[in-house]
Amino acid sequence: MTDFPAVHPEPVPVLALGDILLVTLRGDLYDGAAEQLQYDITQRIANSPVPVGGVVIDLSGVEIVDSFLGRILAEIAASARLLATRTILAGMRPAVAITLVELGLTLPGLATALDVDRALAMLHRAPSVEGGA
Amino acid sequence: MHAPLTPTARLPIGSDADLAWLRQHVRQCAADLGFGLVQQTKLVTAASELARNTLVHGGGGHVEITTPTDGARRGLRLSFVDSGPGIRDVDLALTDGYTTGGGLGMGLSGAKRLVQDFVLDTRPGLGTTVTITEWVSGFPAPRPGAR
Repeated sequence: MTDFPAVHPEPVPVLALGDILLVTLRGDLYDGAAEQLQYDITQRIANSPVPVGGVVIDLSGVEIVDSFLGRILAEIAASARLLATRTILAGMRPAVAITLVELGLTLPGLATALDVDRALAMLHRAPSVEGGA
Repeated sequence: MHAPLTPTARLPIGSDADLAWLRQHVRQCAADLGFGLVQQTKLVTAASELARNTLVHGGGGHVEITTPTDGARRGLRLSFVDSGPGIRDVDLALTDGYTTGGGLGMGLSGAKRLVQDFVLDTRPGLGTTVTITEWVSGFPAPRPGAR
């Protein structure tokens, strides 16, 4: 094992913004925290008292996405879709996008937006979403 | 061909915390050597893929980090070492989408695409060492087989 302080990373918080779930990923995400996030989001969608209008995952603070995190993001979106909820990835850094394409991970079927504002606008425009901005 | 290497670090790979620590360390080394942001990102991503292979398929191991020089060129070299079961069919393991670990099967083949030099040495029953080297350049690295 390692010598450096055993910091147990906090779980990633899932915030409710109106009827939207907002997840902000920052820095380096442990594998365990990413898997926990997938579980937390699906639980929040299934147990929400009002229909969840969408999930926005803010990646602007993420320096790398490898195939593990890419798979988790794709699975979050796929499981949310099965629960009748759209997921939008927002704010991916250009260097991350270039690297993902070269890695062979283009994440087809995942909706993206340049930032959180635009992601929220996309969700509020969607006909399947109740209510509005 | 290369000047003697200056060993800079040897880090264990035994947990997801080790993977996170390795990513930060490689990022810092790459930044110190003057790698551009895209090159840094590719290198850290490749390191993350290979370290996870060491952890998941090799049963853990370690990474050795050195900074080779070749003439005026400076580089960063990472060797991922495990003493796991080895890879029986290297060509198959390097095929996009092939996986035995429940992932996407992009780790090994993807990491190879992300770096300039990639050497895989594996012996069934004895273990696997993957060594990648990235050289500092002001231009995007030419890739063999690039479109």
